[in-house]
Amino acid sequence: MTTPTPRARLRVPNVTPGARILSFGDYQPSKVVTNDDLAKTVDTNDEWIRSRVGIAERRIAGDDESLVDMAVHAGGKALAGSGLAPDDIDLVIVATASHDVPMPNVSAPTAHRLGIHAPGAFDLNAACSGFCYALATASAAVRGGSARNVLVIGAEKTSQWIDWTDRSTCIIFADGAGAAVVAGSDEPGIGPVVWGSAGDQADKISIADRNSFITQEGQAVFRWATTAIAPIALEACERAGITPADLGAIVPHQANLRIVDSIARKVGATNAVVADDIVTSGNTMAASIPLALAHMIERGDVRSGDPALLIGFGAGLAYAAQVIQIP
Amino acid sequence: MAQATEQQILDGLAEIIDEIVGIDKDEVTPEKNFIDDLDIDSLSMVEIAVAAQDKFGVEIPDDELRNLKTVKDVINFVQNLQA
Repeated sequence: MTTPTPRARLRVPNVTPGARILSFGDYQPSKVVTNDDLAKTVDTNDEWIRSRVGIAERRIAGDDESLVDMAVHAGGKALAGSGLAPDDIDLVIVATASHDVPMPNVSAPTAHRLGIHAPGAFDLNAACSGFCYALATASAAVRGGSARNVLVIGAEKTSQWIDWTDRSTCIIFADGAGAAVVAGSDEPGIGPVVWGSAGDQADKISIADRNSFITQEGQAVFRWATTAIAPIALEACERAGITPADLGAIVPHQANLRIVDSIARKVGATNAVVADDIVTSGNTMAASIPLALAHMIERGDVRSGDPALLIGFGAGLAYAAQVIQIP
Repeated sequence: MAQATEQQILDGLAEIIDEIVGIDKDEVTPEKNFIDDLDIDSLSMVEIAVAAQDKFGVEIPDDELRNLKTVKDVINFVQNLQA
């Protein structure tokens, strides 16, 4: 194919060499649901849940608490931490797979409620890997000159897609939101993303129709996650030009503590703290990685400047990984 | 790999089980039932199957895994596919 001769030359903005995360924000509903609480309604028990998935308790949103409410809380916290004004944000991306309606999206009303005037706003569905996809998109937008600063939010109200009588899923999933503000920088703070999908396994985690709930083939997903994902994570390190020994933290999607431990073991980062936020937060899908990071920063588990490996994987099946610098 | 003897597969399996679930190698004998005797759950069985795949070059799909109740069952399965 030949390149067309332009009638008028299009102007492109000057590119910014890097993008980095300025701040994180988190939000979880106040209602705590323990394993003992679940054991009252389905045939399960605390010991079984802890040993199979590693969860002790999770947070579940109230009926009056919407996905937008949670996104606003987490996004507002990240925005406040960034030192930027709402009007410095040109783009808002919400990664979610649990919205109750296809339209309007979550991002536009969220931006409005945060006082961000007329930003680009879209939702992104890559299920549990959504935050990593959104972060990569935000980084590209900033570096390419499409936005000065981007608010990235992972928010999920999984509880509205859960069959509370199905003991194989209701013990796992939870609600919450996590957010990050991405800005341009001379020093790169977000490494190249390694992303992909395995659509031949689309039926492994799904919601069949609008009257159905989340179902998953646990064993098949477990096998995929414990074999296919560690090589992706190692590739993300390589593409960022670092070795696993340089990592200060590994933050896999908080799907199941045994998957988290298996991936961390295979990545083999001896000096890194491994996120185990699932123990008290459950599996919050696209929110799990930013939630875990916000909690780790708050507790002082990681220091500013530490390289952290983010690894998203889940329904699609889709996956994405990148190395970031802790703000 | 070349076809392994029953003892070689047993030793290899015992090593994998020790590594994944921390059960002493001596505990792993052919007649042991994974769930009832060794207290190994279905997710650990998946991890063991994946490790066995790397070690013996034999794929153990989830559908087959359900039928492999004892250590001896796995040894037979690996031997049959290697033959």
